Amino acid sequence: MATLFQGVGAVTPFSASSSLDSNKLLLPSRKSLSISDSRGSIFVYRSDALNLKAATRLQLSPGHQKRSPSEDLLLHQSRGSFGAFGLYLHCLRIAYPWHELLLFEALREGLEEEMERDPRVCVMGEDVGHYGGSYKVTKGLAEKYGDLRVLDTPIAENSFTGMGIGAAMTGLRPIVEGMNMGFLLLAFNQISNNCGMLHYTSGGQFTIPIVIRGPGGVGRQLGAEHSQRLESYFQSIPGIQMVACSTPYNAKGLMKAAIRSENPVILFEHVLLYNLKERIPDEEYVLSLEEAEMVRPGEHITILTYSRMRYHVMQAAKTLVNKGYDPEVIDIRSLKPFDLYTIGCSVKKTHRVLIVEECMRTGGIGASLTAAITENFHDYLDAPIVCLSSQDVPTPYAGTLEEWTVVQPAQIVSAVEQLCQ
Amino acid sequence: MALSRIASSTHASNLLKPLSAALSIRRVISSDSTDPLTIETSLPFISHKCDAPPRAVDTSASELFSFFRDMATMRRMEIAADSLYKAKLIRGFCHLYDGQEAVAIGMEAAITKKDAIITAYRDHCIFIGRGGTLLEVFGELMGRICGGSKGKGGSMHFYRKQTNFFGGHGIVGAQIPLGCGLAFAQRYSKEENVTFTLYGDGAANQGQLFEALNMAALWDLPAILVCENNHYGMGTAEWRAAKNPAYYKRGDYVPGLKVDGMDVLAVKQACKFAKEHALKNGPLILEMDTYRYHGHSMSDPGSTYRTRDEISGVRQERDPIERVRKLLLAHDIASEKELKDIEKQVRKDVDDAIAKAKECPMPDPSELFTNVYVKGLGVESFGADRKEVRATLP
Repeated sequence: MATLFQGVGAVTPFSASSSLDSNKLLLPSRKSLSISDSRGSIFVYRSDALNLKAATRLQLSPGHQKRSPSEDLLLHQSRGSFGAFGLYLHCLRIAYPWHELLLFEALREGLEEEMERDPRVCVMGEDVGHYGGSYKVTKGLAEKYGDLRVLDTPIAENSFTGMGIGAAMTGLRPIVEGMNMGFLLLAFNQISNNCGMLHYTSGGQFTIPIVIRGPGGVGRQLGAEHSQRLESYFQSIPGIQMVACSTPYNAKGLMKAAIRSENPVILFEHVLLYNLKERIPDEEYVLSLEEAEMVRPGEHITILTYSRMRYHVMQAAKTLVNKGYDPEVIDIRSLKPFDLYTIGCSVKKTHRVLIVEECMRTGGIGASLTAAITENFHDYLDAPIVCLSSQDVPTPYAGTLEEWTVVQPAQIVSAVEQLCQ
Repeated sequence: MALSRIASSTHASNLLKPLSAALSIRRVISSDSTDPLTIETSLPFISHKCDAPPRAVDTSASELFSFFRDMATMRRMEIAADSLYKAKLIRGFCHLYDGQEAVAIGMEAAITKKDAIITAYRDHCIFIGRGGTLLEVFGELMGRICGGSKGKGGSMHFYRKQTNFFGGHGIVGAQIPLGCGLAFAQRYSKEENVTFTLYGDGAANQGQLFEALNMAALWDLPAILVCENNHYGMGTAEWRAAKNPAYYKRGDYVPGLKVDGMDVLAVKQACKFAKEHALKNGPLILEMDTYRYHGHSMSDPGSTYRTRDEISGVRQERDPIERVRKLLLAHDIASEKELKDIEKQVRKDVDDAIAKAKECPMPDPSELFTNVYVKGLGVESFGADRKEVRATLP
């Protein structure tokens, strides 16, 4: 059965899974603040279509209590269906409760669930409180949790990011929102020196469980300064983790994982993806921060992508399938560190790699990924790695020019055709 | 017994002998007496938008005695670090605090270990004040495993979580928003504690300071910003860097207090006042008028932008340890000999710590990759990209 894919705004099918009982994170309670576990069980997903066997096993025995040490990962399929098994999952899906929402609502849901669960979680940023967030991610939270927990800051990125880091040093779990990722350049010193390095330079004494999030990427004619991709600047900072969400499903999961992580996490959202609609499960779930997502399994070529370019790739994949190619599309999600395991397994299978990203050509995520794959999987490659990235220019205002700075599906199709000759 | 005390106290300066000396009736106070003693600060406090605290400071003989011992330890430690640096056992940057000990000691006397302190890179003595040991200091300075940060931080990165000392920061001014964050967390968890954020006269011209001040004042955070004004920002004198060098006034809507930073009792009084103020009314700026004898760091001779006469002048007239010594002798809390014995003991302690630290091993190469990430969600790092993914989820 053909695998299903999503274009922008389409609905995603979802396969059911079983729950991992009594899998609660043990977080230290701090004096009067303690975590309330509102829900009984937590889902932990690994969105990977490769390990069908394990997924089947768990499927057939839902709610089993014990798990063997080797099976620490709960596996299930989040995308795609395979033959009869797919039909089985499809039927389960109908019976399974879920709801439809937009990406920014998914982020808000994840945020709200974590704030409910742990009183140490707080939000700070510009316009997050009374205004409800410039992209409505924090709408309604200030009314519910108060002005101190959802803090409207003055326009002083350097200081309020520093403030968030200082608060994180004492044990609070702040989420710092940059109204646009580009503004966080002002906070670079705090993010690099204090956020990333304090755990190391203090010899492990302090942890910085902070989440820094915000929208970035090229929007609709927003101009050069508001269309920046900061992944490339932050990627060298030791000690931080970077993730990029692309669907409502992984947005919520990654948001929750980032909040629960003891490491500082930078969550990259995209300005144009906030209104994506998708069905996500009703039950609570947390995704793994370090894992890539298999969007579409294939045989001929591995296409690595993240954030908005995923949709351009999937659009190109439609064309490619019609032309007879079978691309394997992986949304790398984790920008630092890379999920070299998933990527490696894919490269081993297909022997050809195409990286499609929105980052700049020079020193971007694609450049690092190319180096990492060449270093680790050189023997498996049949052709040099091709990396399609945005042009090394400030993003122009004019619509046509802006379109040309970013990778378009037609370019992806021709690159695949060239690679697969 | 009384006679021998009188004989030894003749070394004390005549100016500071209390009136009772003239009557040749000497009261012998034991050095561990906790009976309250009231001493006036040498200079009045100058305030901005608040009422200055009284000049009469409540202290006790044992407290003064401990001041002397702790300040002597700090002084000796910094001088020893100087020699170690010249012997190339300490590398990189080494910023010494000698001359400014009164600020560290006076602050500690006024607060508890639950209050937080955060400072910049001149942090060796604050670390000691917060309960760090000499071994940890010298170990860290020499990059050994027994150091406070396991040798991975260095001179500018001392931290002590258990006593709420948050470092230890290399970038000028970057600790000020962090300090604001600490105060925010204290307000968030409704603890009755305050945060002392220390910075220098050089950092007082940073935008971050004013941003942080604005936020602290806006939300009534219990943050006390302490400007350790040693009059030189690296190699530039304060009047050449700041249009308005009255740092205690630059908070504008935030009240400020100017304190003689070489007088440990004045510092104690000011910090006590500041803590009460911050818990009720929000942030406050304290400007400590102090002086550093060494240059900005060990790579700076410290004499190209100031004269040696100025340095020795301050040492003679305002040295914090000498001031406490005179007080101790004048009030007959200790004899000259006892104080000299303490100094000898301190010297020995420091030498012992150095010897012990020298024996400590350097960190193992595997330590290069530890503590980059916390093993929160099973991340293991092998450099920039891992060769293997092993994600065990909780």
